[in-house]
Amino acid sequence: MTRSLKSIFSGPFLIFILCGTLIPMGVIALYGLTDRSGAFTFDNVLTMFQGDHAKALGLSLALSFVSTVICLVLAFPLGLILKDSKLGKKGFMVFLFILPMWMNFLLRTMAWQVLLEKGGVINTLLNGIGLPDLQIINTPAAVVLGMVYDYLPFMVLPIYNALVKIDSNLIEAAYDLGASRGTVLRKVIIPLSVPGIVSGVTMVFVPSLTTFAISNMLGGGKVNLIGNIIEQEFTASSNWNLGSGLSLVMMVFIVISMAFIDKFDKNGEGNLI
Amino acid sequence: MALIELLDLSKAYDGEKVLDEFNLTIKENEFITLLGPSGCGKTTTLRIVGGFTTPDTGKVIFEGKDITHMPPNQRHVNTVFQKYALFPNMNIAENIAFGLRISGKTDQYIKDKIKYALKLVNLSGYEKRSVDSLSGGQQQRIAIARAIVNEPRVLLLDEPLGALDLKMRQEMQYELIRMKKELGITFLYVTHDQEEALTMSDKVVVMNQGYIQQIGTPEQIYNEPENAFVADFIGDSNIIDAMMMEDYKVKICEHVFPCIDAGFGTRKPVDVVIRPEDIIIGKPGEGAMDGVVTSNVFIGVHYEMCIQAGGYEWLAQNTTSYPIGAHVSIDVIPENIQIMNKPQSEDEEAISLDD
Repeated sequence: MTRSLKSIFSGPFLIFILCGTLIPMGVIALYGLTDRSGAFTFDNVLTMFQGDHAKALGLSLALSFVSTVICLVLAFPLGLILKDSKLGKKGFMVFLFILPMWMNFLLRTMAWQVLLEKGGVINTLLNGIGLPDLQIINTPAAVVLGMVYDYLPFMVLPIYNALVKIDSNLIEAAYDLGASRGTVLRKVIIPLSVPGIVSGVTMVFVPSLTTFAISNMLGGGKVNLIGNIIEQEFTASSNWNLGSGLSLVMMVFIVISMAFIDKFDKNGEGNLI
Repeated sequence: MALIELLDLSKAYDGEKVLDEFNLTIKENEFITLLGPSGCGKTTTLRIVGGFTTPDTGKVIFEGKDITHMPPNQRHVNTVFQKYALFPNMNIAENIAFGLRISGKTDQYIKDKIKYALKLVNLSGYEKRSVDSLSGGQQQRIAIARAIVNEPRVLLLDEPLGALDLKMRQEMQYELIRMKKELGITFLYVTHDQEEALTMSDKVVVMNQGYIQQIGTPEQIYNEPENAFVADFIGDSNIIDAMMMEDYKVKICEHVFPCIDAGFGTRKPVDVVIRPEDIIIGKPGEGAMDGVVTSNVFIGVHYEMCIQAGGYEWLAQNTTSYPIGAHVSIDVIPENIQIMNKPQSEDEEAISLDD
C-alpha cells in the first residue's frame, strides 16, 4: 500500500525528469551526433577542437580558471576572518556576502557594464580627480571581473561552512603541540577545509566555463567564450547540430569536474547550497 | 621546588568572575587535581596554564619565569583535551608525530618515540589506523600519547575521562596512575568527579565559584573537610547544624556527643560532618539517640538507609539491612565527628551547597 502510494507521489517528479531532462538530453545527443541530413557523424563534436572553437574553449578554460583562483584567494581569508570574528553576528556577516545573490544576475552584470563603460561612472570619477580612463570594458579582464563578482558567494559559502565546522579544540591542540600559525593553517585548517574548497571551486568553475551572458554584456562581442559560440550556433547560424555537438563536449567537461568533486567531497559539504 | 606558581589570578567573562585572586603552587612530579562543580573556574585555570586564556590580572610563574603572556606553542606543557581533539586528516602515527616534526626531530627518533608511546598506552601496532576507526577510550589514549611524546614538564588533562563509560573510566584511572609513575612528569588534572580525584591524585584542590575551598591529600579532603561545601561535594555526608558546648563536647540534635576537637570556644554554632558509613546502628536504647528507618536502598556493597532521629534525617550505610519502620538507635564515635567553623567572611559566603 505505502509502496504504491509512494510511487503515486513520486509520479509528477518522474514525469518532470523525463520530459525536462532525459528526453531533451536524448534530443541533444541525437542532434549532436548527426548532420543536417540526419546521417551519423562525429564532426559536430570534433569541431570543438578546431580553429575558432578551440580558441574559444581555450579562452573559456583560461578565464574560468583565473576567476576561480581569484574567488578562492578572496574567499578563503574572508572565511578565516568570519570564522574568528568576535562580532557575535557571524550569520549577519555571511548574509551580507550572499545578499547580492538575491538580486537578478543579469541586472548585476548590467550594472557593471554601466560602471565600466567609456563614459561610465568609474571613468567619470577617475577623470574628475585627474586620472586616465580605465579601459577594461570589452576585454577579458572585464569578463573575469564579472565572473568573480557574480560567483564569489558560491565560493564563500561552502568554504565558510567548512571552516566553522573545524573544532576549535583541534586548532588549540595544534598550538599546544608547538605549531606556529602557519603550520596550523597548513597542517590543520586547510586540509580540513578541502571539501569546502572543492565544492566552492566547482561551483565557480562550472558556471564560469559555460557562461555567455557575462561575456556578452562585459565583453561586447569581442570576448568570445565557448558559451557564446554555442549560443550563436543555435540563434544566429541556426546550426542546431553543431550547437548540440559542442554542448555534448561541454557536458563531458562538467561530468569530469563533478567526478572530481565526488572524489574529495565525501562529507557532502557541497550539498549545502 | 615549585614548578608552577599561580599568583593572584583573576578572570571574568562578561563581568562574571570565574577566578578571583587564585593562588596555587604546583610542585615537580605531583599529580594535582582541580576538583569542583561546573563553572567553578577549574577549566579556566587549566587554560591559563596552557596559554589558551590570558588572566585579567595575576601571573603564571614557570620555573621562576613569568610566562603569563607566552603563547601556548612556546610553553613546555602539553594538553589532553576532553574531546580528544585528534586530527582527523592524519592517521595515528601522524597524530603522535605532529609535535615531534615541528620540533625537528629525526625520522628514526620519531619512529622510536611513536612505538614507545603506543606501547605505553597499550595500543601497539595502531600506527596506520585512522582516527575514526578507534573507540572513545582508544582515542583518548592516543591523545595522551600525542601529548607525552613531546616530553612536557607538565601534562594538563581537561576532564580526559569525561566522555567515557564507567568501566572504561575506571580502567583509565589506573592506566593514568601507571603512566604518571613511568613518565615521572607533573600532572595537572581537572575533573568534577570526586571519585576520580580521590583515586588518582597526590593533592586535591577543591574549588567553588573561583575560590579554593580546600587543598589537601585525598585522605585529608575526605576525612577532614574544612567546610560544608567540601564535605557535601566529596561524597554523601550528614552535614548538621550543631553547637560547640565547650572543648571536646558538641551538641548535635539536642544530644551532647563527646568529640576530639577543641578551640572553637564555648556555645559556638558550628557545622558538623558525619560520614554515612560512620554511623553505628544498634538496638533501641543502646546508642546515643533512638530513631526510625524511613528508607532503605541496596546500593551494592551495602545498604543505604535514612534514619529519622532527633529531628534530623540521618544518612547511614551498613552491611546489615534494617527494614523501613524498624526502631533503631544510632551512635558515632568521637573520632568520626568532623567539626567545621560556619562561614564568616564574604569569600566564604560564596560557598554554596546548591552547586
